[in-house]
Amino acid sequence: MMDFYEYYKTWRDFPIAEYLRSVSESRVLAILQKERLSGYDFLALLSPAAEGLLEDMAQKSHDLTIRNFGRSVLLFTPMYLSNYCSNRCVYCGFNIDNAITRHHLSYAEVEREAQEIAKSGLKHILLLTGEDKVRASIEYLCHCVRIIEKYFTAIGIEIYPLTTEGYRTLVENGVDSLTLFQETYNETLYEKLHPGGPKRNYRFRLAGPERGCAAGMRAVNVGGLLGLDDWRREAFFTGLHADWLQNRWPEVAVGLSLPRMRPHAGTFQPEFPISDRHLVQVMTALRLFLPRAGITVSTREGSQFRDNILPLGVTTMSAGASTAVGGHSREEAVSTSQFDISDERSVPEMAEALKAFGYQPIYKDWQLIGGSLS
Amino acid sequence: MDNITKEDLLIIGGVALKSRLFTGTGKYPSDTMIPEIIERSGSQVITVALRRVDFAAGTENVMDYIPQSVQLLPNTSGARTADEAVRIARLAKATGCGNWIKIEVISDNRYLLPDGYETVKATEILANEGFVVLPYVNADLMVARSLVAAGAAAIMPLGAPIGSNRGLRTEEMIRILIEEIALPVIVDAGIGKPSEACAAMEMGAAACLVNTAIASAGDPVTMAEAFGWAVRAGRAAFLSGTGATRKTAAASSPLTGFLGGRNR
Repeated sequence: MMDFYEYYKTWRDFPIAEYLRSVSESRVLAILQKERLSGYDFLALLSPAAEGLLEDMAQKSHDLTIRNFGRSVLLFTPMYLSNYCSNRCVYCGFNIDNAITRHHLSYAEVEREAQEIAKSGLKHILLLTGEDKVRASIEYLCHCVRIIEKYFTAIGIEIYPLTTEGYRTLVENGVDSLTLFQETYNETLYEKLHPGGPKRNYRFRLAGPERGCAAGMRAVNVGGLLGLDDWRREAFFTGLHADWLQNRWPEVAVGLSLPRMRPHAGTFQPEFPISDRHLVQVMTALRLFLPRAGITVSTREGSQFRDNILPLGVTTMSAGASTAVGGHSREEAVSTSQFDISDERSVPEMAEALKAFGYQPIYKDWQLIGGSLS
Repeated sequence: MDNITKEDLLIIGGVALKSRLFTGTGKYPSDTMIPEIIERSGSQVITVALRRVDFAAGTENVMDYIPQSVQLLPNTSGARTADEAVRIARLAKATGCGNWIKIEVISDNRYLLPDGYETVKATEILANEGFVVLPYVNADLMVARSLVAAGAAAIMPLGAPIGSNRGLRTEEMIRILIEEIALPVIVDAGIGKPSEACAAMEMGAAACLVNTAIASAGDPVTMAEAFGWAVRAGRAAFLSGTGATRKTAAASSPLTGFLGGRNR
């Protein structure tokens, strides 16, 4: 069966820039009348011509989001377990060459961190580690899940890509969602940005989400790190990836994240920074292409921008986040963060902000259903 | 209470319901609206997704806003298989949500269409365990017959895909279910306007479940009230027996006029 890479290749050499230039405003208007968009339609919504119809796109995106998800936003927070990493991603604070304080949470520390986060009322947690298969092994992660499932009802992972068997082991132990960003879909650029470590393997990472689906993950989240390459291309391939996964695994809740490069330790700065206006274009184009896909916006974005884009298609937001290992319970954790947080509002502050905008903060939207009741 | 509908009770699982409008709890800007929605619409049955209920919540909990007088209809939203639906139903019962269960088994995230085969399996297991089972299904006669055999308490066919507000797109199939199935047929999903709920009731649906159309309205409380009226109006029309309709005025008898007399 064709994997996503094979499908990706059918689009990779398509003259995207030329096509984008050829799109007219009337073409975009016609697309806005359609119910189901093709890949070409989606790409047209990322064109300069579509930028002139951003309000129309936003209105439709808003309507689709309300009908599919209601006036509610699911809240979650990341929990960093370890920042030891064997990779040399030039844009990442956890790069092995960066002289940051490294820490790996002991099980006792995992419990304390979970207790501290749980006080906020959050029930959805996302576990993160750097790529260190010895310290942050599958066994270690399974043990962490057993500790934290007392405090949270839905547990996701955002870690280095695993084999299908690896994902299956985590699913069997209570992990229900997978977040794995390709960073950039541009294969040549990917090699340059990942000069060392196992992450160099573009295709193994690209196929990670499909292995997660095959292993029984309930939800799978993909994304490109916006800023590394031309945002129109990255957004296009992110949408194609999500659409391909949804077609092949209709039972999986496929979602998207729109992480935008933030300042971090190290010297790398994004070569293709994306403006607020263009991020809105990306989000609304994705919503029109994939009306049922969850869209996550993290605390990388500032509070004012997050408030403004709330009605445009967002379904999931992180809150009260720390990107440091043990950032909620260890005082010495400050200097170990992966990237800087922009929206520093606590969970209650975020919940109040959502309510003020007429949105309901959702703390629990899934629950592990194994165990004694089965 | 309207005269014609006041003695007209819908009996499900031994519970007698005066209102034939079922409502939901999802997609509202705030759960605090729920009591007023119940009051203004007159709804006596409310469905709640177990996936959203946090019994140990330090934060707000949807259950806090559901009046005690209302029949709770927990649903298995999020279940992808019969096994998952059964587990969620048992969890609902174990956590004090009663023995009614709306089975939703959905393994298609794009259209959220129900899986008839898995739904029948879950219905059989749960009905045997004493649940009052209301399965959400496509408007499919064969699936509905299997559900009757499996012990369902009602059949809940969709009018259109969940959340689509597209109305009674499956009208002809629902009409067949109403004619052929002895259980209450409750139209669930897709109803976008009160007039569509009214139309479903006019053709003999036992009740309608409406969530998105109310929750996504500019003023959900007033929309809930409008649905309450619409369902009562449709039910009253059904009970009254609507007159026959013709597509054209029919004053003469062009084919039988030669016989003389009245041949209409």
